[in-house]
Amino acid sequence: MELASLYLALFVSFFKIGLFGFGGGYAMLPLIQHEVVESHHWISVADFTDIVAISQTTPGPIAFNSATYIGYTSVKNLGFSNFESIFGSAMCTLAVSLPSIIIMTIVCAFFARLSNNVWMRASLSVLKPGIIGLIAAAALMLINNYNFIDYKSWIIFAAVFIASLKKIDPILLIVLSGIVGLVLY
Amino acid sequence: MKQYWEIFAAFFKIGAFTFGGGYAMVPLIRNEVVDKKHWIADDEFMDMLAIAQSMPGPLALNTALFVGNKRLGFKGSLFSAAGVILPSFISILLIAMIFTQFKTNPIVERIFKGIRPAVVALIAAPLLGLGKSAGVTLKNIWIPISVALCAWLLHISPMYIVLACIALGILHLLYVKQTLK
Repeated sequence: MELASLYLALFVSFFKIGLFGFGGGYAMLPLIQHEVVESHHWISVADFTDIVAISQTTPGPIAFNSATYIGYTSVKNLGFSNFESIFGSAMCTLAVSLPSIIIMTIVCAFFARLSNNVWMRASLSVLKPGIIGLIAAAALMLINNYNFIDYKSWIIFAAVFIASLKKIDPILLIVLSGIVGLVLY
Repeated sequence: MKQYWEIFAAFFKIGAFTFGGGYAMVPLIRNEVVDKKHWIADDEFMDMLAIAQSMPGPLALNTALFVGNKRLGFKGSLFSAAGVILPSFISILLIAMIFTQFKTNPIVERIFKGIRPAVVALIAAPLLGLGKSAGVTLKNIWIPISVALCAWLLHISPMYIVLACIALGILHLLYVKQTLK
């Protein structure tokens, strides 16, 4: 693939992710996965899960993290130089932020009391519970043969699920499950 | 110019020290810009937060943008946005450059075999609590269920799902208005 058309496709995808990524964080995952794994095959499902894991242990929102990571690796994987990959990474990060910059600028200028607007509330009335469905889809999409390789995966899943309900720090849980993986496999 | 860099520095600090993004960042932002720096009044912050949450895009970025904008206008919002983006950009870029070389390392592969199911659990576990705070009840639970099935089984792009949800909400309001007449 030619570099310019790859850059364009990445830009369009991440702009879309920024524009339609309601609910932030995990709710954006199905959209990101749809664009970068299912539509464009820039990375594999396993890579995508690893990005989510890395995002949970590094600072910053997951949308930025995946834009930066995918921008770099997708250009690099096609054999382009380090500089071209870093440019791709910066461009994707900008692309995912651009819709927010445009929308929040308009909001700040015109709609100081938008949260009480009846149309605004109507648009969100179905979308808000819908976002919960998107987060559920994010979890369901990641239950696959790459992430769950045997019964031990399910034991780790159950343990972390219960620990997370008990409000144990997610970073600690990721570090612990990494150690468990090293011991078990 | 000094004021712009002050905003940049404040949000750089917030971006560098919050893990997990969005909802974890908001209390920190509030502490910094309302309590410490008095850049924006608390009620205005809460009002804008409600709007920022309803808009697309990462919540941390949207919050940074409105604080920067309220304080120093459009240019101010660019500085606050750059501040909140840069720490995650730098750290993930370094990880991407290093991780792609170590990925095939057997030790790294074993570690990630343990981490991958944990990641799924970390996404699934908060669902119940989130559902409650989003106002999901027995009456409207068909919404999250059908959204999840459309995205998961039917592979419909979440972009169309989001648009359909917004359209349904507006159609419902029009219907209610119509029947009230």
